[in-house]
Amino acid sequence: MRQISKRFGATHALRHVDLQVDRGQVLALVGENGAGKSTLMKVLSGAMAPDSGIMELDGRPFHPSGPHDARQAGVAMIYQELNLVHDLTVEDNVMLGQECHLAGVLRHGEQRRRVLRALESLNHSDLDPRTPLRELSVAQRQVVEIARALVSRAKVIVFDEPTSSLTQQDVDRLFSVVRQLREQGLGIVYISHFLEEVRRACDDFVVLRDGQRAGSGSLASHHDREIVALMVGRDVEEFFPRVPHNPGATILKARVPGGSPSGSSADGTTGLEIRRGEILGIAGLVGAGRTELLRGLFGLDENIRGEVQLRGATITPNARRSIQAGLGMVSEDRKGEGLAQCLSIEDNMTLSRLAPYSLLGWLRRARRRKIVAQWMNTMSIRSRGADQEVRELSGGNQQKVAIARVLHQEADVLLLDEPTRGIDVGTKADIYRLIGQCAAAGKAIVFVSSYLKELLGICDRIAVMRRGRLIADRPTEQWTEETLLNCAVSGEGDRE
Amino acid sequence: MSDTCDAQQVRRPPSGKSLGFRAEWGPLLALCAIVLLFAVLDAVWGSGRFASIRNLRVVLNQTSIVAVAALGMTLVIVSGGIDLSAGTALSLSATIMAYCLKENWPVAATVAVTLGVGCACGLVNGGLIAGLRVVPFIVTLGTMTVYLGLGKILCDESTVFPSYEQIPGWLHSLCSTRPPDLVWQFVPNVPPGVLLAGLCAVIVAAVLHFTVFGRYVFALGSNEMTARLCGVNIPLMKVAVYCLAGLFTGIAGMYHFATLKIGNPTEGVGLELQIIAAVVIGGGSLSGGRGSVSGALAGAAIMAVIRSGCDQLEVPNPYQEILIGVIIIAAVALDRLRGMQRA
Repeated sequence: MRQISKRFGATHALRHVDLQVDRGQVLALVGENGAGKSTLMKVLSGAMAPDSGIMELDGRPFHPSGPHDARQAGVAMIYQELNLVHDLTVEDNVMLGQECHLAGVLRHGEQRRRVLRALESLNHSDLDPRTPLRELSVAQRQVVEIARALVSRAKVIVFDEPTSSLTQQDVDRLFSVVRQLREQGLGIVYISHFLEEVRRACDDFVVLRDGQRAGSGSLASHHDREIVALMVGRDVEEFFPRVPHNPGATILKARVPGGSPSGSSADGTTGLEIRRGEILGIAGLVGAGRTELLRGLFGLDENIRGEVQLRGATITPNARRSIQAGLGMVSEDRKGEGLAQCLSIEDNMTLSRLAPYSLLGWLRRARRRKIVAQWMNTMSIRSRGADQEVRELSGGNQQKVAIARVLHQEADVLLLDEPTRGIDVGTKADIYRLIGQCAAAGKAIVFVSSYLKELLGICDRIAVMRRGRLIADRPTEQWTEETLLNCAVSGEGDRE
Repeated sequence: MSDTCDAQQVRRPPSGKSLGFRAEWGPLLALCAIVLLFAVLDAVWGSGRFASIRNLRVVLNQTSIVAVAALGMTLVIVSGGIDLSAGTALSLSATIMAYCLKENWPVAATVAVTLGVGCACGLVNGGLIAGLRVVPFIVTLGTMTVYLGLGKILCDESTVFPSYEQIPGWLHSLCSTRPPDLVWQFVPNVPPGVLLAGLCAVIVAAVLHFTVFGRYVFALGSNEMTARLCGVNIPLMKVAVYCLAGLFTGIAGMYHFATLKIGNPTEGVGLELQIIAAVVIGGGSLSGGRGSVSGALAGAAIMAVIRSGCDQLEVPNPYQEILIGVIIIAAVALDRLRGMQRA
């Protein structure tokens, strides 16, 4: 791709960007949200036509008329939100749009062979092509998507934030797949926020900032700091800003499924306590039950037997009562659950607590607008105004709206499920600072994350979940990335 | 980081207000265009009666039945639901009203029962949807025939005819097109039913936009999971929305009776589709979270105007039907195009 430009209205999304990927090369495309990575990849994949610039594939001019055209030519995208049909089987999904057929009649045998061959080359021959997709984990779905690219004889595969919903173990498997693809001579573009991940998977990098190419080079010869500086345009002083805070009195107590050899009672539960001004991290693999634990505490799922005690009073959680009692939850699934995408910022922010603006059910909009404006200011939410629809915001700003909601709700216990997933470095630092400020203000925070560095960076205490059970709970100083991972993967490292 | 965010902010097309304005007023503009078109066509080729005050009153009258029911349907559709039983529930209410009048019930009781039956129909819909967690389409598909059957039982599979004297005067004039064209010589005279419909519309619009309940309705339709996360009592909301919609179905039933002066439960079959069409032409989204009172009113009026205009031009009925079908699809397609422009 040479000199690619794309404008939306008066603004340039891309300005003369060059990008070259060789066979057998894994190129990292990094940059903050809104830097133009997605636009560039949309141009590459044919979803958008560039305003100017030339694209070549294998030395021949490449002008895809649409995503399907690009895929046929050999450019495949693995998107953040996977493009798969949940009701069909693995095989049907892989072959979708490229079915083997004879006069419209599917040739199942041939299809099966191709799918199996693709899965085999990805080291996932354990996946049964007949399984319906809805029964697969996110990681497995991703494999299906990659298999689809292989079957279509892709020459270039673009991974857009492929690990944002994977656990460490699945990430490792994905990287081995990426290496395999490289050995097969494919060119790979890998988009990610995580530098350490980029380092493990890629050879070279290109940094985009504000629609322009800010720098490039080989990963081996550049430090993280240099790359981050290129991304942000300035030096980032601290990744994990800490706000001093001191844990106080216990505010929440619950019996949750536990399984550590020490400290678990006969009924297989263990006590979980959170104190005011404390940040409790919860680590574990995806599917280890962390989300379920939070949902249970909040009362969205009924999986916590026994009781939840808030400030010494027992409550039977149910979302409404939990909110009244002072629990606040930020969902991991911004799009599906966390925010009502086509409602405005102010509606989303105040939805869980409209009482202060209600006069016998009548909504005092002016008053609400004023308070929302204050919150948007404190949280530095960038938007056109409080009435802008949430779906038009960037991921980071959406997340701030979701967090602002629990703060506006004046919750004492914040349950945050993957609050930093898929948002850029600068916004992450904002959110860490905010969490620290909340702790300093005497709120208790439960912070679920798959990103071990941030857990170690900001939490006071980290608990690990494995297979639906809370198996270890220790102060952060006693954890390292290795012991956390070990504990999450194998349950080891739980010896005191 | 601040500079990248600013860049993001600038990069978005300055769609916001201007397009929001257009989205809101689109159906009304379309209505004006259609009225103008028919006025011109009628003046040139027709009898020239289209753009008369008498015809205005007829069209408004025809609009108001669908419009009142569409107010309730707007609530339901904005909350992410659908009510296929609206048509038969409407004629069930009308039949009940005819029955009560024929039995010489007091007028107040008759009206209360009529509206109550509408509410009850909605209550059953909402209760089943929330309680059984079955999708609204299926539940109301079922209750649609249930209400039809109930109506037939009530009137013994025939038609209920209250005599002229048994019908109170205000009900006669509710949807009457007979009064003089002008009052005080210059104000166009509209039937009380149209005024009542306007009042209802203002109330529903205010409820949707200026109350906590309204915010919850939008939240429920936009994303039920989010609403639940935010502590909205989902089952209660659903029951309330359908029940309120049922109230408007009941009012529309009253209009229906006032127009026909008979109670026949089969009259409302298919009416639900006109009601839904009004909301959809007005920009309501069947996936919830979007829809407006002004749009629904405009949608109802557009259909009535096309019927009336075609009648004046002596376009045969089948062509009217085709035209209305085309309008429904075109309205939604236009809406989609606008959505794509925005994205």
